[in-house]
Amino acid sequence: MITLDPKIPPGPLETKWERRRFTEKLVSPGNKRRIKIIVVGTGLAGASAASTLGQLGYQVECFCFQDSPRRAHSIAAQGGINAAKNYQDDGDSVARLFYDTIKGGDFRSREANVYRLAQVSTQIIDQCVALGVPFAREYGGQLANRSFGGVQVARTFYCRGQTGQQLLLGAYSALCWQVERGQVTMRPRTEMLDLVVIDGHARGIVVRDLVTGRITAHMAHAVVLATGGYGNVYYRSTNASSCNVTATYRAWKQGAAFANPCFTQIHPTAIPPAETHQAKLTLMSESLRNDGRLWVPSAPADRRLPEEIPLSERDYFLERRYPRFGNLVPRDVASRAVKAMCDEGRGVGPGGHGVYLDFADVIERHGVDVVRERYGNLFEMYQRITGEDAYRVPMRIYPAPHYTMGGLWVDYNLMSTIPGLFVIGEANFADHGANRLGASSLMQGLADGYFILPYTIGHYLASAKATLVGEEHRASRAAVERVTGLVATLLRANGRRTAASFHREVGKILWDHCGMARSKAGLTGALKAIPALREEFWRDVAVPGSGETFNQELEYAGRVADFLEFAELLCHDALHREESCGAHFREEYQTADGEPQRDDERFAHVAAWEYRQDDSPLLHKEPLAFEFVQPTTRSYQ
Amino acid sequence: MKLTLKIWRQQGPHDNGRLVSYETDEVSPDMSFLEMLDGVNQRLILKGEEPVAFEHDCREGICGSCSLVINGVPHGPERGMAACQLYMRRFSAGDVITIEPWRARAFPIIKDLVVDRSALDRLMQAGGYISINTGGAVDGNVLLIGKEQAETAMDAASCIGCGACVAACKNASATLFVAAKVSHLGTLPQGKPERARRVAAMMEAMDREGFGACGNQYECEAVCPKRISTRFIAMLNREYLRAGFVASGSPAEPDSSQAGPD
Repeated sequence: MITLDPKIPPGPLETKWERRRFTEKLVSPGNKRRIKIIVVGTGLAGASAASTLGQLGYQVECFCFQDSPRRAHSIAAQGGINAAKNYQDDGDSVARLFYDTIKGGDFRSREANVYRLAQVSTQIIDQCVALGVPFAREYGGQLANRSFGGVQVARTFYCRGQTGQQLLLGAYSALCWQVERGQVTMRPRTEMLDLVVIDGHARGIVVRDLVTGRITAHMAHAVVLATGGYGNVYYRSTNASSCNVTATYRAWKQGAAFANPCFTQIHPTAIPPAETHQAKLTLMSESLRNDGRLWVPSAPADRRLPEEIPLSERDYFLERRYPRFGNLVPRDVASRAVKAMCDEGRGVGPGGHGVYLDFADVIERHGVDVVRERYGNLFEMYQRITGEDAYRVPMRIYPAPHYTMGGLWVDYNLMSTIPGLFVIGEANFADHGANRLGASSLMQGLADGYFILPYTIGHYLASAKATLVGEEHRASRAAVERVTGLVATLLRANGRRTAASFHREVGKILWDHCGMARSKAGLTGALKAIPALREEFWRDVAVPGSGETFNQELEYAGRVADFLEFAELLCHDALHREESCGAHFREEYQTADGEPQRDDERFAHVAAWEYRQDDSPLLHKEPLAFEFVQPTTRSYQ
Repeated sequence: MKLTLKIWRQQGPHDNGRLVSYETDEVSPDMSFLEMLDGVNQRLILKGEEPVAFEHDCREGICGSCSLVINGVPHGPERGMAACQLYMRRFSAGDVITIEPWRARAFPIIKDLVVDRSALDRLMQAGGYISINTGGAVDGNVLLIGKEQAETAMDAASCIGCGACVAACKNASATLFVAAKVSHLGTLPQGKPERARRVAAMMEAMDREGFGACGNQYECEAVCPKRISTRFIAMLNREYLRAGFVASGSPAEPDSSQAGPD
């Protein structure tokens, strides 16, 4: 039975983290080298954690399924990273970043966690500069900033449109240094497929070597999961094709609570899908909304070319509906507004799935060169995919699944409900509530990895006093058998449908019923459809080749199998949450003008789900107490 | 449109590979090159055959997983992009397209179009970093870095580590890859203290990993999806030469902690 103790330090918000760092136990330097820590995943959170733990003197074994740690999907983040530096002197502060993030998350995150995130945000920038991250600079040599959705200050640091790449390469270079020093053993092309729990503590993982197919257990004193989000459960998303839920989902099945899975972010500005064969949606950075204006024709089914539609017959719907924030409203608000326009039949492009993102005004105001300097690579990317020149005609954009706020439940120390299992970055649930603000995921990944986990894991290691268990332990042998059995079952099915066809089908169920708008009827229907599809999968999936070689289809089928189970958990969570908050919009709970209706009396809690074999998941609630901010109606009007 | 694909199939590192022809007629011009390959693979699976192994992930030209030689050119016919950003509208009905893996001694084949590029990670481990501990860094604005200097560093840092430069080079040299990292870190004041050690270690590792020497053919620049300039190779050469002087004891590092005039 799971108990949820968030372990939030008492006292004033401003000093909680400082006090926690002081009261936590430390591991002495001499003991650190005898302690082994497993880190799974090498994105911003994993790479920064593994390198910092290595530097502290722990023995780290670090795993990723890509061919190199540098390929983790953090690499694709475009826009930037927030920090409360207030270099622009425009009224920013730790308190304001904290408040913006809490409000942006629609009052569904923990105050103490978010405040700590805002506090360490400034250190992240300093650390990254020291590692050689080439942030954009002003002519005088100072760091440059831009603004992002949901806020009224410019606090976002960036490296052209490749901020994630540069931050990840910074963390990767720090990781390389620790590999060279012998502190970190790097295991690329190795996928985690199960968690080993001994006497209630996480003590190791089971992995499959993706080149040889060998399935082995690796043991440690503690395990850190930094395995990212599950946006690919929708099939089409902005995620990389191999992003998956497998590591966190299988940890869930071993007893780690999964929190708020229905909080999934649909990003407003992706390139609209063209055809059914398309597997991937390409994001256009939110930073484009700084200068681009969203509009649709005022009349439905207006098939004229954009340049033929006069100003008086255009509806700049975000500016109209949200005059204070205009085009810079948060992502969930913008996505829903785009959907509303398309539902009214005013969408543009093939199938009416799109709205215009127009740069004509900024080009007229500042010239095409300024726009090229700011967004050149994005315009280029857009042209490659659509064949259209966005300097001349407006871009078309449509929402796409992008990020998942939900994840494994963790306490203030980032430890899951399984002692010894820590979860960081997008894989945990903690900081973004029901909606994440732009440029905050990079901040959170690096905050967890560089500055929070390395402290908090020490306290566990100093108090648990566990010895290293051998791979031949009963529990690890059982875990290896579980994985071996699963791989064999997949290969045995020998059916008539590809794993991708099942993935596409479950993705469509979720997109239709658990996407931008959800309803009781739709979710109940989805909960019936998903198990049926899953049964068909196990009966009829075709996985060619063998388990003893490099077999990409086998890897993929295993991930789809988990998506087919996880999709159900997502719907359970969405069904239980009878309110609209952040990215979670229940059609039954909205105002007359279509704004979401939150219900703080019944739902100011984290929904943490416990796995039960042969039964539906069990709900536990962590109440969210707001001591320092007063939850208000989240208005951007 | 209808196309003929000639794809390199190879079961494992020790098997003999060969080109196998596949006819495909379900190709639309709006498909990306990888989506076209996805389609081929879906049909192979349904026929009970093993799909073509190829590496891909972000599909937006930034992760560097793509490693396809298309009609003899790494990443294919368009300049300044990775294979995942290539669209079928670039091809015409009836075309014959040859698809092969990166070929280099330092990149052994794993299967079909997938090669082992871990040698590039080992080059980075040899010196592609600034050895600074987490915590205690000074304020980011203490180091004033001129816009042009920052832009130059960013140009070099854009490398996605795909290895196309190696695949295009007849010597299979990783010089452009090393040059990009040495120039990125060497241009910034933070990277100056270790610049001599870094360039020497990375050049030595390049030899050790079986990459060849630079032959000044500039094919690397021509295929680089991020258009990394060969002027960074000039910068690398200068850094390397300078490192030799520093190692011999003269002159000392005058600009070890501050941005120099260069």
